[in-house]
Amino acid sequence: MELWRIPLDRDHIQTMQGVVYILDERCKGCGYCIEFCPKKVLGVSKHFNRKGYHPPIVKHQTECVNCHFCEIICPEFAIYSKPLSVTESQNPQVTV
Amino acid sequence: MSIQSDQSDQQTHPLDDLLRKDRIPHIWCPGCGIGTAFSACLYAIKSSKLDLDHVSMVSGIGCSGRGAGYINLDSFHTTHGRAIPFATGLKLANPDLTVVVFSGDGDLFAIGGNHFIHAARRNMDLTVICVNNLNYGMTGGQVAATTPHLAKTTTTPAGNPETPFNLPLLAYASGATYVARWTILHTRDLTESIGEAIQKKGFSFIEVLAPCPVNYGRRNKLKPLDVLRIYQEKSIIKHFASPSELHLDLEKGITLGKFVDQDKPTWLDMYYKTTRKKS
Repeated sequence: MELWRIPLDRDHIQTMQGVVYILDERCKGCGYCIEFCPKKVLGVSKHFNRKGYHPPIVKHQTECVNCHFCEIICPEFAIYSKPLSVTESQNPQVTV
Repeated sequence: MSIQSDQSDQQTHPLDDLLRKDRIPHIWCPGCGIGTAFSACLYAIKSSKLDLDHVSMVSGIGCSGRGAGYINLDSFHTTHGRAIPFATGLKLANPDLTVVVFSGDGDLFAIGGNHFIHAARRNMDLTVICVNNLNYGMTGGQVAATTPHLAKTTTTPAGNPETPFNLPLLAYASGATYVARWTILHTRDLTESIGEAIQKKGFSFIEVLAPCPVNYGRRNKLKPLDVLRIYQEKSIIKHFASPSELHLDLEKGITLGKFVDQDKPTWLDMYYKTTRKKS
């Protein structure tokens, strides 16, 4: 995400980490999730799904902050994100 | 940590419990905004904490009219333009129901325009969500009552000579108690707004601007992603702006927000008061 200045509390605010799940077969390749992901986590994949569209692919998994924007902008119900479970997370104290 | 992006069938989308999964993927074209508006509506219904057995959705004809067929609640896909009369009957027969009308601009404002203004005048307790894609999408992109001036459609190849409806103004002038306009890019605000409208007693109307890439977009050289970028750059959020001063125009901008939020007695309140007086 582009910032005009570095937030003053950046050192002690912990952001949530998310995992993006993509349901390839539902995707129609509109590209909204790729374009409007605030952290630019997603990219276009090279492979086709059964209907011949290019679904998105997770490019920078660790960047995802679980904002759910891909999930709510997707017209196809084909992508969603979940918070990384605490045991897997490198920062166990997850705050929103 | 291994992340699989292309797993398969055990994955469940958070909305799968509200969808008729056997009908997904839906018929809406790639880049069509109806899916996002529908998803916002489902999230709003889900987060409203209402008893889902008492929520029903009614749709008319058109692309957006398919909504009723995809929601896994009591729903009805009515004849063309008659979504609001059907919803009115449903509400009056069972006042405990929360009735959501999810339909398009052609259905609600062209063939069903008269029903719309009268339901708003009576202040029926309905929530009307109108997906406005600026043309008749399903029938091949003909000029609609909401097509902007000079826009090209199948039936106006030289540009639309007519002036479109200002839908929030029409709703307000007819007596709606809640009027808002959002685009599919402002989907968080849209979801919040639909949630408010569902809780609101009285006639609530939300216009959702959505791209129609195949019919409107192709003839006006607007790719779906470009339309969303226009929504991002040109939209101005102005809550409680006067409905007569709203813009829907690339130069003056697109005015979004919640324009009207007032309280008035609903039709049922008035009916009980006047006709069924307790002796």
